[in-house]
Amino acid sequence: MLDDFFVRALVAGIGVAIVAGPLGCFVVWRKMAYFGATLSHSALLGVAFGLLIGIDPMLGVAIQCLLIVPALVLLERLSPLSTDSQLGILAHGTLALSLVIFGFMTWIRVDLTGYLFGDILAVSAREIAYIYTGGAVVLGVLAWIWRPLLAATVNAEIAAAEGLRPERSKVIFMFLVAATIAIGMKVAGVLLILSFLIIPPATARAYAATPEHMAIGAIIVGVLATVLGLNASNLWDTPSGPSIVVAALVLFIVSLLPFKRFFVSKRTPSREVL
Amino acid sequence: MLKTVADPDQAASVTASLVEARDLGIKRDGRWLIKGVNLAIRRSEIVTLIGPNGGGKSTTAKALLGLIRADAGSVSRMPGLKVGYVPQRFAIDWTLPLNVTRLMTLTTSHGADEVQEALERVGAGSLAHSEIHTLSGGEFQRVLLARAIVSRPDLLVLDEPVQGVDFSGEIALYELIGEIRDELRCGILLISHDLHIVMAGTDTVVCLNGHVCCSGTPRDVAATDEYRRLFGHRGASALAIYHHEHDHAHDHCGNVVSLDGHADSASVSSENRDA
Repeated sequence: MLDDFFVRALVAGIGVAIVAGPLGCFVVWRKMAYFGATLSHSALLGVAFGLLIGIDPMLGVAIQCLLIVPALVLLERLSPLSTDSQLGILAHGTLALSLVIFGFMTWIRVDLTGYLFGDILAVSAREIAYIYTGGAVVLGVLAWIWRPLLAATVNAEIAAAEGLRPERSKVIFMFLVAATIAIGMKVAGVLLILSFLIIPPATARAYAATPEHMAIGAIIVGVLATVLGLNASNLWDTPSGPSIVVAALVLFIVSLLPFKRFFVSKRTPSREVL
Repeated sequence: MLKTVADPDQAASVTASLVEARDLGIKRDGRWLIKGVNLAIRRSEIVTLIGPNGGGKSTTAKALLGLIRADAGSVSRMPGLKVGYVPQRFAIDWTLPLNVTRLMTLTTSHGADEVQEALERVGAGSLAHSEIHTLSGGEFQRVLLARAIVSRPDLLVLDEPVQGVDFSGEIALYELIGEIRDELRCGILLISHDLHIVMAGTDTVVCLNGHVCCSGTPRDVAATDEYRRLFGHRGASALAIYHHEHDHAHDHCGNVVSLDGHADSASVSSENRDA
């Protein structure tokens, strides 16, 4: 079954969507979109180092992501700049640095477009195995820290006062986002992977009553966008990764349309005035 | 362990404090926010922190909860202490879909019955399925209080719990806090600006202005010079005002109804007017 490149692309895209949906919900709730962008931009530095020292670029990205999280935490403590600006410095600084390193490596012809925007049609069976095993670990850890992470998202002080250690779950969560970017890079590239984390949760928000509903909704939207996008790209011969993102964007815009109220109205019961 | 002791009052006096600060100091940017604070909360005791803005009330509460580390002195908590916390006003981002029932099980799991019971206890029984973002300020405060008591904590910490609640609701909420103390036999640390209500419903008042200005029973504190200097006339009349306003109550239509069994408070209020 995995012999066909289109099926491989579908399986890989769906795998990334399943992992990115629940994780992306927390990115949206915690307003960490720019943090995600920084992680993904800096992932290219991992590719560059990977190629430089001759290891698998995906492994390079994984190592890079493991290093960037402590770097961010450290920078947050050392610099009085707003987090926003620190993220901007790291995101574009590392992106530029990796392009410079690519320029030095005259002995390798680097498929830069593939790294920037993904190359989902070239996904191999081995990479699918990475996506699914890595994804299972990420989702397993997320399920494990779900309650403390959610409590910390609602109010970190309540979580801490009632013994849930919000700082620890926050750091673990940062590593999970990094790992998701590493496994999703082949599918959407460093510049588009963030859309897998942001757009499906944002779309699912309109229909969700609880955090858990929203996480499941984000998976459904992500999988739907992958199926629609890949088929559209097959039909009209458009670039595959971007087509998935455009499909997700269309779903998001549809979710903004007012007819969603027909679904929502029945779970908003009338209340007595106190 | 505590439950095996027959007499609760005896248990409270025999057992150590739920939480205790000794010579507590917190420093920020080279300045002491609070210094030399000694404070203990025991089971079934309501301790209220009063004091001017910036006097270190919230800072002290957070240090007692272990949210900030002590720069001087120490804080000791009873091992296995179960805490319920209602922090000062905060907002929940709209992107997070959350109904009241789900908020109730944020830090611990509870059955639907327990959740409903806690909500009814604070007069928010009809809100169980409401979206958090549709609640008014007063409703949100009640729900937060219900959330804090649903796990039957040993220590309840309430930072300005009457924000967004109108005046008659304020009195009801303070009475409710007293009832919760009696039912759960928990210690309560309360932070409030509302002197005249606080002064009536509290066992121990601690007045904070960077350090403990004065502490003791409400009447002892109200009699001190430090207290009068900090709160002036408003503070001096706080006890009297409360008791005066409580020589009657209002029914649902706003009609005045008499309160029985308040002979004590009436005599207290006249004493205070004399003083």
